[in-house]
Amino acid sequence: METTTLTKKTTAADHKVKKVLIICSKGSLQDVYAALIMANGAVMDGIETHVFFTFFGLDAITKGKLDKLHVPTVGNPSMMPHVPTVVAGLPGFESLASTMMKKEMEKLDIPPVSEMLEMITAGGGRLHGCQLAVDMFKLNREDFVDELEDIITVGDMFGLAAGEDSHIIFV
Amino acid sequence: MEATIAGTTIDVNDEGYLTDPSKWNEAVAEAIAAEEDIVLTDKHMEVIRYLREQQEKGEKLSVRRVGKSGIVSIKEFYDLFPGGPLKKSSRIAGIPKPVSCV
Repeated sequence: METTTLTKKTTAADHKVKKVLIICSKGSLQDVYAALIMANGAVMDGIETHVFFTFFGLDAITKGKLDKLHVPTVGNPSMMPHVPTVVAGLPGFESLASTMMKKEMEKLDIPPVSEMLEMITAGGGRLHGCQLAVDMFKLNREDFVDELEDIITVGDMFGLAAGEDSHIIFV
Repeated sequence: MEATIAGTTIDVNDEGYLTDPSKWNEAVAEAIAAEEDIVLTDKHMEVIRYLREQQEKGEKLSVRRVGKSGIVSIKEFYDLFPGGPLKKSSRIAGIPKPVSCV
């Protein structure tokens, strides 16, 4: 066979991102998706990917909670800016807004949180829980999805991020 | 720019994706796959043909969609095209680089 050389893009090839550690610290829909979409995107690009769930971010891996996350309608000026805060705080308002947002996301082929976790781990991404937050919320391993690899300390977390061209993203 | 793939001159973009999917054939697929250190099996080809069909229909391609195609699971897709399944398979399939974030 003859030569089959293609010229590939080499910009910054020596310093491609090799590893990311994404810290998911919040449990609102928009923050969890920000963390998981970046994580999945990294996995899709062949980047070694770790997600560390801490504090309310643990909701994203807690059975029974992960697919029921809400987008806050109060204290969130970007969300429906023309709706007065007192109205946005009425019972059921936030649930309705969250359901509507999830429908819009589904249209864009953005899967529910449970499926995002499956996709990330199917591609080799790894999920870690924060020991201190788990203790604080009095949770156990059984409370979390099967995809969770382990529950670790902050020290262990930084250990995961060690190495060249490794980045930490806090959400 | 032009590249010589499998003995023929084919137009590709700066990332090595074919600019015209109709210039694709199996020999081209094998040659591009070899650059990615992938030896194509029947399963690879099934995925590649699926991607080409979907692309022709104007569907937006994503890892999730491939996982729901019934051809491979997401895990199998990653195993077939390690380190960037959607991009690598698209390049091998001679279709444009996918623009999906999920």
